[in-house]
Amino acid sequence: MIRLEGLSKIYPTASGGMTSVDNVSFEVGAGETCVLLGPSGCGKTTTLRMINRLVTPTRGKIFIDGRDTDASDPVELRRTIGYVIQQIGLFPNMTVAENIAVVPRLLKWDARRMRKRAEELLAMLALDPKTFADRYPNELSGGQAQRVGVARALAADPPVLLMDEPFGAVDPVNREVIQDEFLRMQKSLRKTVLFVSHDIDEAVKMADRIAIFRAGKLEQYAAPDELLGRPANDFVAGFVGSDRTLKRLRRIHVSDVMSDDRAAKHMDGTPTVQPHDDLRRVATLFLEYGVDALACVDADGRVVGSVSRAAVASRLGTAGGGETAA
Amino acid sequence: MTAATHSLPGQRSMMPYVVLGAIALGIVWLLIASGLWNDMLKFRKDVLYLSKQHLILVGISGAAAIVSGVALGVWLSRPWMRRWAEPTIQLVNMATSIPTLGKLALMMTLLGIGPLPAIAGLWIATLLPIVRNTFVGIRSVPDHLIDAAQGMGMSPAAILTRVELPNALFVMFAGIRTAMAVNVGTAPIAFLIGGGGLGELIFTGIDLQDYAMLLAGAIPTALLAVIVDFLFGQAQYWLVPRGVNPLRNV
Repeated sequence: MIRLEGLSKIYPTASGGMTSVDNVSFEVGAGETCVLLGPSGCGKTTTLRMINRLVTPTRGKIFIDGRDTDASDPVELRRTIGYVIQQIGLFPNMTVAENIAVVPRLLKWDARRMRKRAEELLAMLALDPKTFADRYPNELSGGQAQRVGVARALAADPPVLLMDEPFGAVDPVNREVIQDEFLRMQKSLRKTVLFVSHDIDEAVKMADRIAIFRAGKLEQYAAPDELLGRPANDFVAGFVGSDRTLKRLRRIHVSDVMSDDRAAKHMDGTPTVQPHDDLRRVATLFLEYGVDALACVDADGRVVGSVSRAAVASRLGTAGGGETAA
Repeated sequence: MTAATHSLPGQRSMMPYVVLGAIALGIVWLLIASGLWNDMLKFRKDVLYLSKQHLILVGISGAAAIVSGVALGVWLSRPWMRRWAEPTIQLVNMATSIPTLGKLALMMTLLGIGPLPAIAGLWIATLLPIVRNTFVGIRSVPDHLIDAAQGMGMSPAAILTRVELPNALFVMFAGIRTAMAVNVGTAPIAFLIGGGGLGELIFTGIDLQDYAMLLAGAIPTALLAVIVDFLFGQAQYWLVPRGVNPLRNV
């Protein structure tokens, strides 16, 4: 669990001081992914870098699991926090395995344990250890390098992960793939992740909570559904975009809006949906087939309920005035 | 360079030495044919004695320059030296442009004659490329690597030894090779300020127009230059990590 309390960073300048982060407070629960979102220069990266003390806060406190980070030595602190940056920053003089073992080596693990851990992480990130462990970074593609960057951050199994636009340098197709892999991994690892992004779609996809920044101030801190359904002000509404209702659909699942009306007609030629499908698929099918309801089936094909237009509309309405408020 | 992909590692960098060896053999044959070789053999004892002196001059000044040059380059690259580093490097560049004979002469006025001022002069001449290349090599390590290293909890000493130096090593070696070429090339001049070495045979040979004596000094000097460059070239090839060694990324 990470708690920020009244965090500010003011850089001294000739004309007094430039406030980069202005009195920011929020809390990220253990195992949650929080995306820090905003335009460039909004203070999101500075906020992230204050958590591992690469930037010293001017005011305010940061608590990790209730412990004030001021109390620990910054170098020791950083070894307990995974760190991934946009430029990846793999050390070109070290092999992939050596790169992954950087923090374990600082923690003085023995060589065999470091090697084993590197191979384990490579396998977890869908890179064949035999092929990749002894390669140098200049022999990797962008996507491969980014996976190694994530593996390196996870090497000593830190409870907290800081990621500064980690997938920003990867091409769009590979980015989707890496995002999906990361989400799948995060389901079992349950790290507390702080993730900087300027991409609203990425934020909606990855986040349990989104902290949206403007000019150093925290504008809104909410779950993606709430942020999209009920933007706190015009800036947030503008930043998330006029298609924010469509964006919401990806984070709501059939199981959230399903009625257990098993009598719903299962018309010939009309596809069915499953409880774990998101509402993008449901809305697409509504439009494509001109129907008002779809049968919902379980993995064995038994009808377990139905999802109707009215139920979807009502779900979208609960978090605020919907599209008309924008 | 497609042929190089089929050769053993390191073989490509051996090519110039093979050519050089062939030329050397040709010269030896010419010397023997012209009878100069027999005249040169008369200086065998002098060559052995002066070679030892010569190697001491080169060895001590070179080793001192590598150690102190790397240390100075590292020191200048530290963040707290930021304000002074650039002016110092400018000064170093200016000092490099002073002819080596001038440096030796300056050392003679400071330290008198003998091996000591010779070693000091050679040290100064050799130091500068090493300082410059160490500094530039470390400075050109990308900022994001330092950021990643810091963010993972490396201490400043670990950042220097595990990230900065290994990534700067190739450029540093280039500086050291240049410096050692200057050192070996300048060492014969040490004779002019009483430093001894193979310069004694060369300069005396010139004065007396005794070509056998001249060559008895010049050939070992040339040989030493080739051997030193070969050794440092091999060191560069094998000691710089493969991931940051352009010579090994065919």
